[in-house]
Amino acid sequence: MFSNPDLQKLLFGRLTLEDIPFHEPILQVTFAGVVVAGIAVLATITYFRFWGPLWRDWLTSVDHKKIGIMYVVLALVMLLRGFADALLMRSQQAIAFGANEGYLPPHHYDQIFTAHGVIMIFFVAMPFVTGLMNYVVPLQIGARDVAFPFLNNFSFWMTVSGAVTVMISLFIGEFARTGWLAYPPLSGADMSPGVGVDYYIWGLQIAGIGTTLSGINLIATIVKMRAPGLSMMKMPIFTWTSLCTNVLIVAAFPILAAVLALLTLDRYVGTHFFTNDLGGNPMMYFNLIWIWGHPEVYILILPAFGIFSEVTSTFSGKRLFGYTSMVYATVVITILSYLVWLHHFFTMGSGANVNSFFGLTTMIISIPTGAKIFNWLFTMYRGRIRFDVPMLWTVSFMVTFTIGGMTGVLLAVPPADFVLHNSLFLIAHFHNVIIGGVLFGMFAGVNYWFPKAFGFKLDEFWGKVSFWFWTIGFYVAFMPLYVLGLMGVTRRVQHFEDTSLQPWFVVAAIGAGLIALGIGAMIVQFAVSIKNREALRDVTGDPWGGRTLEWSTSSPPPDYNFAFTPVVRGLDAWWEMKARGFQRPMAGYKPIHMPRNTATGVILGVISIAFSFAMIWYIWWLAALAFAATLAVSIIHTFNYNRDFYIPADTVARTEAQRTEALAAVRA
Amino acid sequence: MTALRPPKARALSRAAAPSVARSPIRSASRLLRGLVLLPLFGLLAGCNLVVMQPSGDIAMQQRNLVLASTGLMLLIIVPVIALTLLFAWRYRASNTEARHDPDWDHSTGLEVVIWTAPLMIIIALGALTWISTHTLDPFRPLSRIEPGKPVAADVKPLEVQVVALDWKWLFFIPEYNIATVNELAAPVNRPISFKITASSVMNAFYIPALAGMIYAMPGMETKLHAVINRAGEFDGLSSHYSGTGFSRMTFKFHGLDGDGFDQWVAKVKQQGSELTRDAYLELERPSERVPVTYYGSFTDGLFGSIVNMCAVPGKMCMREMMTIDAKGGAGKDSRENAARLQYDNRHTERGDEAPGATTPASHRAPKSETPDADKTHEGSGQGHTAPDQTNN
Repeated sequence: MFSNPDLQKLLFGRLTLEDIPFHEPILQVTFAGVVVAGIAVLATITYFRFWGPLWRDWLTSVDHKKIGIMYVVLALVMLLRGFADALLMRSQQAIAFGANEGYLPPHHYDQIFTAHGVIMIFFVAMPFVTGLMNYVVPLQIGARDVAFPFLNNFSFWMTVSGAVTVMISLFIGEFARTGWLAYPPLSGADMSPGVGVDYYIWGLQIAGIGTTLSGINLIATIVKMRAPGLSMMKMPIFTWTSLCTNVLIVAAFPILAAVLALLTLDRYVGTHFFTNDLGGNPMMYFNLIWIWGHPEVYILILPAFGIFSEVTSTFSGKRLFGYTSMVYATVVITILSYLVWLHHFFTMGSGANVNSFFGLTTMIISIPTGAKIFNWLFTMYRGRIRFDVPMLWTVSFMVTFTIGGMTGVLLAVPPADFVLHNSLFLIAHFHNVIIGGVLFGMFAGVNYWFPKAFGFKLDEFWGKVSFWFWTIGFYVAFMPLYVLGLMGVTRRVQHFEDTSLQPWFVVAAIGAGLIALGIGAMIVQFAVSIKNREALRDVTGDPWGGRTLEWSTSSPPPDYNFAFTPVVRGLDAWWEMKARGFQRPMAGYKPIHMPRNTATGVILGVISIAFSFAMIWYIWWLAALAFAATLAVSIIHTFNYNRDFYIPADTVARTEAQRTEALAAVRA
Repeated sequence: MTALRPPKARALSRAAAPSVARSPIRSASRLLRGLVLLPLFGLLAGCNLVVMQPSGDIAMQQRNLVLASTGLMLLIIVPVIALTLLFAWRYRASNTEARHDPDWDHSTGLEVVIWTAPLMIIIALGALTWISTHTLDPFRPLSRIEPGKPVAADVKPLEVQVVALDWKWLFFIPEYNIATVNELAAPVNRPISFKITASSVMNAFYIPALAGMIYAMPGMETKLHAVINRAGEFDGLSSHYSGTGFSRMTFKFHGLDGDGFDQWVAKVKQQGSELTRDAYLELERPSERVPVTYYGSFTDGLFGSIVNMCAVPGKMCMREMMTIDAKGGAGKDSRENAARLQYDNRHTERGDEAPGATTPASHRAPKSETPDADKTHEGSGQGHTAPDQTNN
């Protein structure tokens, strides 16, 4: 391209045309697909003249509801990518036996399992959890927004930047070939030269900033912005689990940032934190990354527990059994989750005392978790259970998660772990709890709160189709992996000699196919629901007979959430208000102070992508420029005094009057 | 506003999806299948559930522990799952006969039970864990060969030194002064004492039929004590991902009876050449699908220098550096030692592709199988071929 190699290096770092894999058939097809879909989306937006509203009402929005929805959209989009990786892996392992090499060479296969793990945890599960917390928590505590609305928007765009950075690796260069936690020494500069691990580091580092800040934001929101009367022990369980999750985020993600920063120093400036030689110690990385990694597991599952609590109580038409013990169980889990990290590497050869200590702490976590299961159980007891889609997910979760919990405790017994660690039994276990726990919880949450967010319910038939495909697909896909684990089959294997294993992998691949149908049904569910939105419309704002404050306002809630800040007298505030015959106040509206939208978050997000791309490819001028631009934009933003406005009282009055009319029309 | 939806909507939804009322039954049958499967694992004798049917005493104890723990937990898991399905069915909205108690949300007695029941199980399991973790500590020398058969006082364990290379296994048996690649044998019922390390990245040493796994780490030595109780050919593998050649980093482990082991040693002695330091450095380069290789003798102290990361002539051993450090360090002279302590840069210096290399450093077409012309999967590359004393 350039006759002068020095100039090329100065301008493009180590990026050359050869690093773009345009001769790969799989990637050509993918790229073509992305381009076609991208053009279709852009054309649609242009055709419907949606650019203006998209920019004004969504991308630059500081409204927690819109940001929450955008998080969930990000999670769903990334779910498709992460699941595509899963299908590739399952099909490779279903055919690569004996003489058949399969269609994915190790060089490609190893990137796929790394990307699958990274994307599913950081860019599917995390945005899902953050998105639902963002949407629901302020509504549940009767707040107008989160504590720091701009920070919220900025956090979201940092998460998006991380996701985009990881996605770029698909078409420019390659992704890491290290496994999703990038253990050194394999991920060190000497063993993994090239851009793969750098994509990993910068993608996670940037997304991690967003996650940490959003954690701070939500803690401040829950601690400081609760409605009058809403004392801590009256908070809805979902808000409690969100609080605990965000405490975990704030305490754990800086560790991830630090350990990635140390790895970055090893790779970029030649330090020796995690190298084999010159005093480095890779075992330190294992400890540090799991001191983040284990709390991360609870960061994901606690909000799911919260959702199940809300759903069980709502659809059983009954108060949650054992609220206090539920809260204490959550807090105990939060604290204990910091004392168990070593169970991820019992096999590293720690002494028996150390191993048994961490084995025991891990088992102790199962006690509060077990108590939670019993609490849901006794919430159902003497209830009137309506099996709408969210409740179906919940029952399926209770069964599936119990099995996953059992295999988890089994893995916590160190000598048992010695024969099961890193095997497909382990893979089956954590998919058992992450799919059966986190993902089922998120799907329950989406089905539960969708009518709140959009004013119409999701189609029930397709929701159930999706539910059954997912549930059955999960068992068909992962039960064989338990068996394979007991056959001594290890994870991350690209090719097998022993053809007797093949039937099990074929069954697992069929299971993945069923899950694919489940995802397909979910997409159909969204499409059908949007098409039939008038038939599915809910004007009441309370389609399920809800118990918490988010159901007291309209669906979708107005920008200001509540015309009057609600006053809380007890648990299940809205249920109680309904029981007391609560009447909406119809007059006396005041102007409402609101934060103004800003483009700074989007701009910083784009600059961050440029920065990480430049760092990955050693394009130093661009990195310096992008870094300076980040500082400049941030400083300039502090001089932006035009950051709030008032919704006039008569606008509020008009909005509320419309709602009164709509409600009256329903009652009539 | 009532908690229940109007009857019309309910009828509609049922027409659309008849599974509403029957769903608990369906999930019950699915669940039962899952539950029955768990204990059935032991009965699936047709497939080789090696973890459930091991041939070594340590792995057998680990298997028993898996079964005992599972059994203990099923005491609470089965009732929970059964109650979930029972309650879901019994308290379904359409069953108006079931008692409805919307404000019942507390029962001290029940609370005590739901915290105590798991606690009891965990106390039992915890005791089991504490004891078994200590008795089955891989670093602990064996005290028995089989149940009721203690290790005789005069029996010396067979020492095997294991090195995880990119991507093959090197075994030293100092007692017989032999070494092998990708094949290992041990006499039945004689304790084996493994000392395990790695050359460049982490792996895990795992022979499922023999004993649980333990990491193989560069610059570290882990230990594993085990015994094989039955003659036979067993699979060994790396169970910790280590780069491109990981999938094929397997070997056979032979449990040999009576004279079998002596014959195997004699065969290795007879067919193998010497594993010199140079031969080791050549062997250490990344290569895949390396055939079984025998060495009739090996350079003294080779394993120790591998653990100390000083197999390359001129390198300083960690041991030496640690002695210097223990004496207070070498002050300014340390600077000169730094180059001699560099270890991780071997791949780059010799022009080998590192285990996790991605583009542009790998010089491969991104994501493609086709390696550079001078790199093949057979042997490591750059003119290196597998040693010619190959036996197969």
